[in-house]
Amino acid sequence: MSKLLDFIKKFEPPKEKKFLHTLYDGFFTFAYAPNHVTKSGVHIRDGMDLKRTMFLVVQALALCYIFGIYNIGHQHYAALGMYEGNFFTGAGAKFIYGALQILPIFIVAHVVGLGIEFFYAAKKGHSIEEGFLVSGALIPLIMPPDIPLWMLGLAVAFAVIIGKEAFGGTGMNVLNIALLARVFVFFAYPGEISGDFCWVAYDYNWLHKLFGFEGATMAALGIEALPEGMTFAKYVLANTPDAWTGATPLALAAKEGWAGVQANYSNFEMFWGAIPGSIGETCKPFILIGALMLIVLGIGSWRIMLSMLVGAILTGMLMNWIGDFHAFMAVPWQYQLYMGSFFFAMAFMATDPVTAASTPMGKLIYGFMIGMVGMIIRVLNPAYPEGWMLAILFMNVFAPLIDYYVLQANISKRLKRVKSA
Amino acid sequence: MKIRFKRSILVLSFLGLATFVEAQAIGGLSNAMTIALATVVLLILLVAITLVGDTFLRVEAREIGADESKANYSIFPRLSEIFGTRRASHLLGKNVVDLKKGHDILLEGAAEKVIDTNFAAKTFAVRPRDFVGMSPIPKVVVEKGDEVKAGDVLFYDKKRPDIKYVAPVSGEIVDVTRAEKRAIDQVIILADKEQSYRAYNKPVLEELDRENLITFLMETGLWSFIRQRPFDVVADPGDNPKAIFVSTFDSAPLAPDMNFALKGREADFQMGLNVLGRLTDGKVHLGIDGRAKSNPAAIFTEATGVHKTWFNGPHPSGNVGIQIHHTDPINKGDVVWHMNPQDVAILGRLFNEGIFKPERVVAITGAELKQPRYVRVPMGASVENMLKDNIKGEDKIRVVSGDVLTGRQIGEKDYLGFFDDQLTVLFENDNYAMFGWLSPFAIVPSVSNTFPGAVLKEMEYRAETNTHGEHRALVVTGQYESVLPMDVYPQHLIKAILVNDFERMEGLGIYELAPEDVALCEFACTSKTEVQKILREGLETMREQG
Repeated sequence: MSKLLDFIKKFEPPKEKKFLHTLYDGFFTFAYAPNHVTKSGVHIRDGMDLKRTMFLVVQALALCYIFGIYNIGHQHYAALGMYEGNFFTGAGAKFIYGALQILPIFIVAHVVGLGIEFFYAAKKGHSIEEGFLVSGALIPLIMPPDIPLWMLGLAVAFAVIIGKEAFGGTGMNVLNIALLARVFVFFAYPGEISGDFCWVAYDYNWLHKLFGFEGATMAALGIEALPEGMTFAKYVLANTPDAWTGATPLALAAKEGWAGVQANYSNFEMFWGAIPGSIGETCKPFILIGALMLIVLGIGSWRIMLSMLVGAILTGMLMNWIGDFHAFMAVPWQYQLYMGSFFFAMAFMATDPVTAASTPMGKLIYGFMIGMVGMIIRVLNPAYPEGWMLAILFMNVFAPLIDYYVLQANISKRLKRVKSA
Repeated sequence: MKIRFKRSILVLSFLGLATFVEAQAIGGLSNAMTIALATVVLLILLVAITLVGDTFLRVEAREIGADESKANYSIFPRLSEIFGTRRASHLLGKNVVDLKKGHDILLEGAAEKVIDTNFAAKTFAVRPRDFVGMSPIPKVVVEKGDEVKAGDVLFYDKKRPDIKYVAPVSGEIVDVTRAEKRAIDQVIILADKEQSYRAYNKPVLEELDRENLITFLMETGLWSFIRQRPFDVVADPGDNPKAIFVSTFDSAPLAPDMNFALKGREADFQMGLNVLGRLTDGKVHLGIDGRAKSNPAAIFTEATGVHKTWFNGPHPSGNVGIQIHHTDPINKGDVVWHMNPQDVAILGRLFNEGIFKPERVVAITGAELKQPRYVRVPMGASVENMLKDNIKGEDKIRVVSGDVLTGRQIGEKDYLGFFDDQLTVLFENDNYAMFGWLSPFAIVPSVSNTFPGAVLKEMEYRAETNTHGEHRALVVTGQYESVLPMDVYPQHLIKAILVNDFERMEGLGIYELAPEDVALCEFACTSKTEVQKILREGLETMREQG
């Protein structure tokens, strides 16, 4: 053990080589908790540190990853009309297809994000902060499965530089980094992240080709070569089975109401997540297990989760009560909860401690407002079929204001005490 | 346990809600059935795993003999813990304040209730820097080689020359040491075998008016034991405090048991309280241990002429600042005074016996000691004898005057601090830990639920000084609030101090806090922020601003 430590210590670059030293320090503190001892103040310290906090959130996402990987493959082959038995038919192929599809996304998100973090850490001369561990795990899960990698890299770079480093690094950002990356794609390249055709991976990337997936599929479909000037995705879209749609339940609900959703997806499918959508947000039970883990470990704020749930339910009920100005409003509130990415946003996005309100009362208000605003954007806005991303970013901006008023209440309570005394 | 129980119910109800929603979906009865069945199976599986784990836990506890303590080693609360009365019988009908927030850090090495004379000291030191706010170079009126009696003046602050700081024992001044910038470090006295005391006309409390009483206390050195809030400094004799507080228990880790320390000192303690009663127009408040397991001694519960409040809850319920907040909070412009219970007895003895004999019962604690015990010594005692032949292993140690949260690191031949009645010896853990941040089974005290201690509530830890991580920007919120049982937002207060926003510091209640109150916030902080240091700086800024 100590020999290994000595061995690793030999590679420590000199402090003058800033970037190398920061890089080494980042990986070294990852492998070994540092030997720092308390200096002033308390002599013993809690075993909890930021690495552990962040890593536990990543762990809570693990099930979402597993399901997301499988679902990419499932949707892909469903679009092609292959493995048409049930969800588990062709499990191996589906899983491997999904894994090969998500791997480049995962790697690009981390290389770009961590690269920028390392660069800024070296530049500012502090050690690497762990903020991106969670952002990097979240970003692939909220992207469409066939997002072009250059677009992803650009979005991550934008989010980390403009969203975080410009404000001073981890702990200083105003907006949620992962959502900022998504909103960047959303507004800069709307074609890639809206409509009915972006939520399923049709194409094959070079990894798939390397493992022969494209050839196997073409053989199974009985085609020898793609027509001139046609990508695989276009070919597939022109030849999808009749019963198949790549539209998400929300898109269907916006057009045709609850009946339209029911025509294509059963409640069972929507609850367990075998539907098109962003990679990690479809499987509700696994998200709820992650949420349970965060609450039990005390890492995610149950206040935000609960009040967001209440806010969304109440707004949904209100819309049901107002009636059907358009079809979406009449969708019963209980279905609204698991048609889209509500639970994912609730468990992992709204609870980001840096961008959420920081007082207990403020958290309740913050969560409730997200629930309300999110439902309004989702249902009443004709342009965006889902509301949580925009609602959370919107409330991120308002979180300091909420805190301000909560603190002001505390301050005036104290002042009143002086006057009455 | 209870909080976690509630949380899991909350999330289970999420799941239940989803199932309910699903069951509403008419048209797919089989779907609803499948979901319901799957949920039930999942639940049964979870319960089964939990039960098996729980059984293992209890079996393990029995095997290692840990269950002899009759503590609850199961994950589940006992029926009596759910339905039983939370309040102990001796608290019924009393003025009890229940504090829910906070955290007890259970450490190994509590002092055995024996007074061991082997630990008694020969040399003593008084350290000006123990008195916050004193100028660094006080006027020292003795020189090396002088003979002093217990109670003779050693030095005074040039800013407040009336308040005298006196010798704890009679003997020879062996040294006056200096620190950086010629600041006086310590005045060291070698004690005589036979103690002699400075002679006074034995005062009669009833015959002194308040002004003469204060003059007498300042001259005899007793004044330096009285501290004031806000700012947690030695009290200003010009003030008229709205109340005086004495917390009769210490809830800090391994803290001395005041019931034991003050046994047989009933008359002195009561007399001390009477003296304090003359110093204020308001009340003298006594904060009494209301934690269910303990039963405070009659010396506290039967004290007269005071307003008694029982405090039930984890640390920091014994901190005087918390008790002030819940009985008579400090507003802007208010001054309250407070005193340690053992010092109240010293004050009482001055009036009962006419001598200044500042003896305290000191707890010598820590997992690194062979014999953690008590000793009766005057203040500022040398720790040399306390540590001699008393260190267990070969590991590097750290010696702390005070408790592990608020104490000051000292050398192995140094002296206890002026206000400290505890010595803690802990393991100086400057080792690297491979994947130290990752291990789910690390035995480390923690406020979070991510270590085995979250379930094994009775587990005691070996205290060690590793920071368990590096300093980071503040990320996690709500953590400080969860361990500070006050209507204060400590994290926002700390931020206000960091940006020097006076108005906000004042508004958020900086006057109500002393560093010791936020020590637990500092312990719990995921980002390893030095909360006590920041708060002290904030308090000093406010004090300078007037």
